[in-house]
Amino acid sequence: MASAGGTGGGTSAASGAARGDVWVVVEQHDGVMAEVSLELLGRARELADTLGVAVGAVVAGAGEAVKALAPALISLGADTVYLADHGDLADYLALPYTRLVAGLVRAHRPQIVLYGATTTGRDLAPRVASTLRTGLTADCTDLRIGDFSAKGETYADLLFQIRPAFGGNIIATIVSPEHRPQMATVREGVMVMPEADESRTGAVFEVPVERSSAPVAPADRIVLTAPDFAVTLVRRVQEEKRVDLKGARVVVSGGVGVGSREGFALVEELARTLGGVVGASRAAVDAGWVSHEHQVGQTGTTVRPKLYIACGISGSVQHRAGMDQSARILAVNSDPRAPIFAVAHYGIVGDLHKVIPLLIKAYRTKA
Amino acid sequence: MPQLRIVVLVKQVPDTANVTGEAMKEDGTVNRAALPAVFNPEDLNALEEALHLKDRHDARVSVVTMGPPAAAQVLRESLYRGADEVILLTDKAFAGADTLATSYALALAVRKLGGADLVLSGRQAIDGDTAQVGPQTAEKLGYPQITCVSRIDELIPPVVMAVDDGRRAGGFVTATRSIEGGFETLASTLPCLLTVTGEANEPRPASVKLVMTYKNAVAEASPDYDDSYLDPDSDAAEVCLLSRTGKPVCRARIVQWDHEALGADREALGLRGSPTRVKEIESVVLAQSEARMVEPDEAGVNALVHELIEEHILG
Repeated sequence: MASAGGTGGGTSAASGAARGDVWVVVEQHDGVMAEVSLELLGRARELADTLGVAVGAVVAGAGEAVKALAPALISLGADTVYLADHGDLADYLALPYTRLVAGLVRAHRPQIVLYGATTTGRDLAPRVASTLRTGLTADCTDLRIGDFSAKGETYADLLFQIRPAFGGNIIATIVSPEHRPQMATVREGVMVMPEADESRTGAVFEVPVERSSAPVAPADRIVLTAPDFAVTLVRRVQEEKRVDLKGARVVVSGGVGVGSREGFALVEELARTLGGVVGASRAAVDAGWVSHEHQVGQTGTTVRPKLYIACGISGSVQHRAGMDQSARILAVNSDPRAPIFAVAHYGIVGDLHKVIPLLIKAYRTKA
Repeated sequence: MPQLRIVVLVKQVPDTANVTGEAMKEDGTVNRAALPAVFNPEDLNALEEALHLKDRHDARVSVVTMGPPAAAQVLRESLYRGADEVILLTDKAFAGADTLATSYALALAVRKLGGADLVLSGRQAIDGDTAQVGPQTAEKLGYPQITCVSRIDELIPPVVMAVDDGRRAGGFVTATRSIEGGFETLASTLPCLLTVTGEANEPRPASVKLVMTYKNAVAEASPDYDDSYLDPDSDAAEVCLLSRTGKPVCRARIVQWDHEALGADREALGLRGSPTRVKEIESVVLAQSEARMVEPDEAGVNALVHELIEEHILG
């Protein structure tokens, strides 16, 4: 596709033939990769196939634990794994990881770089974007390839970076027409995890990394210097994850209509009876009836179970954004005008303190 | 020269809990005038951390915001809580800035203030929720960063050298940040930029006494930075209060800087300096209700559960 603008712009003409690979910056800790990184590989594969380019996965760490990750990354869709194995990269730190990712981008010129929108990804990606003076879109919920026109210029095959904004009240599509790479962080749980294909083949590029006091860095390797270590990790405490909302077949959630902590016990009993996991709206979490790890929605977890039961949840856009992809949704609410009914497949208008016991009894009798 | 220099970056934001279709302009940008404007909540937490440090150290707390003239209100709110000086970055050249162009202007302002030992901001603003401006400003300043801070564990101010032109040396901060399923504690040399979450503290309310002092503070253009009004012996220090220590605390004014005052490259500011463009905006609209209504009685609920089991939705 040719640029529609005659002499103006200049850089846009090059976008007719999309060049550069699609990269995912993979997050790992002690050899365990973040799920969102793997979900991103699936979408990166689709984007790269649309553009006719390859998928690169960047992973950093120290020792065997990180080396062992390359085959898994290839089986999930990577063509090239950029493996940075160095003692000083053992733990994620913003400055040395920025040095690494920015250096690799300058050397290999991917057109798209994706990160998980985790606390780590959202710490690293903006710093890299500022270093490279390129665009970055935070917390995307969808990514697509498409054309963009502005001021008589047409930019072909841009990355459409789609995200909610304004507290979830709007969905914005953001593009970065003239700057490369196009970068985005992507929310966990919105992309589908790809199937591993053990027969896939790919290359592993071992990134030369060294620690040096020399002020001038050789262009062919990543050089980490003392200022990169202004911040040190004192300790990291990982609590065992007890709530698996993402993997649940059934999620039973309670909202403000539950009324009390005692009322929430009813929600928990229904979840237990159905073999499901307890979810909650932000209001129920803020009220202190249930902990934040149960929260479903824009600032919580995105779920897509086979059955989602919303009890006493009015259905704010923020909440619906985290559950409207569920296969079936049952809403129980005393207010027939509650917005939750608009996304529900089944609705029961009534007092949840009466309806939940009926559901429990019905299931125990039938199953 | 105070022992500790803190700059807090704050933003006036539309109250996103109350967005209607009328608040959106046709070009896809937001008409902020149509929404109530508030102090971005986590920026208040950042200010509170700064004031808390000021309570314990000899510190100067400067607050910077970028926005339209009306954004001066968040600076007044900062003065009401105990900020020492406030700066409004306002200029048409800043309009339409994405996070990269915003961080460029903010970093120039911090530099113009002579740098800082600690730069604090909220983790993210409730209008965009990007959490990008903090790390990008840190990068532009060449400062290290600790984001998502839920607690500042320890702060050792730098030593100010009596000789050597007041050079500052040493100093460090230790802070704890929330990560998925846990937390981590990091230590950084100063200067450093921290972004703070709502978990960090309960922001103090405005002080009645400071409200009386500052409620008429107006923004004035003063491109040449001059902090003489902070000096009690200066002529510019017209109105003074006595602090707890008996030292006079003088009336601040809202200093206003435009792109020339910052010495900014216009190409790096505002929409021109922003790599990203908004392609389109869709309002989230409720789908037409398709819910099948079930009677809230035993017969209705039994039939529904039976159907869900038959369809293998429930196991």
